[in-house]
Amino acid sequence: MEKGGGGLETELRLGLPGGEVDMKNEKKRVFEGCEDRAAVCKNQVVGWPPVAVFRRKNSFNEGKMYVKVSMDGAPFLRKVDLTMHKGYSDLVRALEDLFGCFGIGEALKEDEENYEFVPIYEDKDGDWMLLGDVPWEMFAESCKRLRVMKKVEANGVGLHAKDLLKGLSKED
Amino acid sequence: MAYSFPEEVLEHVFSFLSSDRDRNAVSLVCKSWYDIERWCRRRVFVGNCYAVSPEIVIRRFPELRAVEMKGKPHFADFNLVPEGWGACAYPWIAAMAEAYPFLEEIRLKRMVVTDESLELISKSYKNFKVLVLTSCEGFTTDGLASIAANCRHLRELDLRESEVEDLSGHWLSHFPDSCTSLVSLNMSCLGSEVSFSALERLVARSPNLRTLRLNRAVPLERLANLIRRAPQLVELACKQLKALSGFWDVVPSYLPAMYSVCSGITSLNLSYAAIPSSDLVKLISQCQNLQRLWVLDYIEDSGLEALAASCKDLQELRVFPSDPFGAEPNVSLTEQGLVSVSEGCPKLESVLYFCRQMSNAALIAIAKNRPNFIRFRLCIIDPQAPDYLTLEPLDAGFGAIVENCKELRRLSMTGLLTDRVFKYIGSHAKKLEMLSIAFAGDSDLGLHHVLSGCDSLRKLEIRDCPFGDKALLANAAKLETMRSLWMSSCSVSFGACKLLAQKMPRLNVEVIDERGPPDSRPEDCSVERVYVYRTVASRRRLDMPDFVWTLDEDSSLRYS
Repeated sequence: MEKGGGGLETELRLGLPGGEVDMKNEKKRVFEGCEDRAAVCKNQVVGWPPVAVFRRKNSFNEGKMYVKVSMDGAPFLRKVDLTMHKGYSDLVRALEDLFGCFGIGEALKEDEENYEFVPIYEDKDGDWMLLGDVPWEMFAESCKRLRVMKKVEANGVGLHAKDLLKGLSKED
Repeated sequence: MAYSFPEEVLEHVFSFLSSDRDRNAVSLVCKSWYDIERWCRRRVFVGNCYAVSPEIVIRRFPELRAVEMKGKPHFADFNLVPEGWGACAYPWIAAMAEAYPFLEEIRLKRMVVTDESLELISKSYKNFKVLVLTSCEGFTTDGLASIAANCRHLRELDLRESEVEDLSGHWLSHFPDSCTSLVSLNMSCLGSEVSFSALERLVARSPNLRTLRLNRAVPLERLANLIRRAPQLVELACKQLKALSGFWDVVPSYLPAMYSVCSGITSLNLSYAAIPSSDLVKLISQCQNLQRLWVLDYIEDSGLEALAASCKDLQELRVFPSDPFGAEPNVSLTEQGLVSVSEGCPKLESVLYFCRQMSNAALIAIAKNRPNFIRFRLCIIDPQAPDYLTLEPLDAGFGAIVENCKELRRLSMTGLLTDRVFKYIGSHAKKLEMLSIAFAGDSDLGLHHVLSGCDSLRKLEIRDCPFGDKALLANAAKLETMRSLWMSSCSVSFGACKLLAQKMPRLNVEVIDERGPPDSRPEDCSVERVYVYRTVASRRRLDMPDFVWTLDEDSSLRYS
C-alpha cells in the first residue's frame, strides 16, 4: 500500500499504466464559471441543497405549487395548489368551487360550442395557452398562472376558443 | 496446558460486553472464545446489508434477539441513488423469521420494506418488542395494521422519516385494548387523519409512554389533554403546532401543565413546524433540560442567542432551511447564530447547520469555543460560497475545526474549498469516521490526502468533485478498511473501476450509470456514480437493477 509521507506532490505514483502524471496540472474543476453556479442557484442540480427528500416533501410549503387564478369580472384573485390535483377535471372542479360557478371545463370538450368560460394559463415562456392540450404533468410544470376568461358574446356566432386567444396580449 | 474457565463463566463475563467492538475483539482470542461468544451474542449491527448475507449472519449468530441494519448509501436521501437500486429487506426478514423465533427488535435504515415483510414480522415473533424504520419506504398503513394487531408486547414503533403509503388512519385502532406496553410512538411521517380518540385512548393506557411524535396539526385542547395523560413524556414533536403560536397568551390555565412537562423535555423536534422566532424562544426557554433541538431557521440568530442563554445542557442542534430553494435569504440567520450557541452551550457536541454565509473567522471562533465537537455538519446554501468577508476559500476555517476538535467523528463541508483543506483533514482528523464532500477540491491530491491520512475513516461520500482515478487506485487497499465509498459526478473512469475491482477481490465496485452499459463508451469516460464497499458476501448481488454494473470473479462485466 502506498503511503503518503512528506512531499506528497512528488511521491505520488499511480496505478494506471502509461507514464507519469503531473498532479499540479490536474485542475479539473467541475464547476467552471458562472454558468454552472447559476445552474445550482436555479435548483437545476440534483440533490442540492442537501435537504432530505422526505423533509422536502413534508415541509409546510415545500412540494406545493401555488398559482394565481383570475376570473374575468371577479374583483380579486385566488390561488390553487396544483400538486393537490391529479388532472384537468379535478382542477376545473376546484376552480368552479372557488368562484362559485359552473361550466369552466366546457370549452375544453370536443365540438362543444355552448360554453361561457375559457380556462387558459400562462406558461414559462409567457404565452397564454388553452388548458388541456398537453399531459397534466407537463402542464403543472410549466403553468405560472391561470385565468378564466368569459367568452365574448358575438352576434349569433359562437367564437372558438382559439380565436379568443389571438386577441390576448402577453401582459395581462 | 492452561486451565480455562467453564463455558458458563465465560458467557457470564461476556454478557457484560455490550459494544460490538469488544465482542468482536473477544471472538478473535481463540476458537473456543469465538464459539462461546457467538452463541451468546444477542445484538448485531450490519452497517451495509450487502456486506454480508443473511445465511452467514445466521450461521455465526444463532441466538440473536436484536438486529439493526442499514441499506442504501446516505446520498440516497438527496435523490442521488436511482430508484430501484436495491436494499430490499424481505430476504433478511424471511431468513430471520425462520432462524430467530425469539427475535425482539428490528431496526432498519434506508431499506425497502414491504407490507409482506411487516406481516411476516408481526406473525413470526412471539415476543416482538421494537420496530424502528428510519427513512424506509415500500409499505402502507396495512402493514402497520398487522404490526399493531399482532405484536402483543410492542414497546416501540418508530417510523421516522419513512415514506408510508397512507391508505387509512384506522391502523391505530388495531392496537388491542390489552396493549399497554408502548414506550415510544413515532408516526410523524403519516399524512392522513389518524383517529385522535384512538390515539388518546392508546396514550391513556400506556403508562410507560415516554416519546410521542405526532403528524398533524394538533388542536389546542387535545394537545393539552394528551400531555396531561402522559406526564412522563420526555420527547415531544408535532409537525404543525399551529396551536402553539399565541398559546402562551391565550390559555394561561394550561401553562402550569405545560411548564411541568417542558422541564422534563430533553428532545424537541420542531423542524417541520413554521413557528416564529418569538414563540420558539418562549417554548425553548421553558425547556431548561433540553439536550437535543431540531428546528427551522425561523429561529434566527436572536433565537439561537436565547437558546444559548437558557439551555446549558444542549448537546445536539440541527437548524434546517425553511426556504432552501429561494434565491434570497428569507430569515435573519447567519453564522452568528452558530457562534452564539458554540459560546453559550458547553456540552454542545453535534451540529447540523444550514445557512447562507460563513467566514473563516466564525469557524475559527467556533472551533476554539467547542473543541468537544463530535459531529460538525455545515451546509452553506450556495455550494461554493467563499468566506463572505474576505472572499477567500474556507480552508482555514474547516482546518481549525479539525485541528481543535480532536474527537471529531463526522464532518460535512461546503463552501469554496481547495486541496488545502483536505491536507488539513488528512493531517489532523485522526478520529474522523465519516466525511461528506461536495463541489470541493482542485485535484486528485485532495482525495489522496483524505484516504492516506484519515486513519479512522469508515464512510466517504463525494459528489461533484474533480477527483479521479489516480487517488482511488493509489489507495485501493484503504478502501477495504472502510465500510463504503460513494463518488458521483466526479472524474472516475470505467477503466479505473475495473482495475480497482480486479485488484481488490473483497470490494464490490458498483458502477451506477443510467446511460447504458459502461463498455459502450470509451474506457476513460467518467462514470456517473461509483459505489465501492467491502463485502464477504458474493460480489454479484442478485437484486441488481439494469443500471448497475459490477465485476464478476473472472473480471468480466456483469449486469442483470
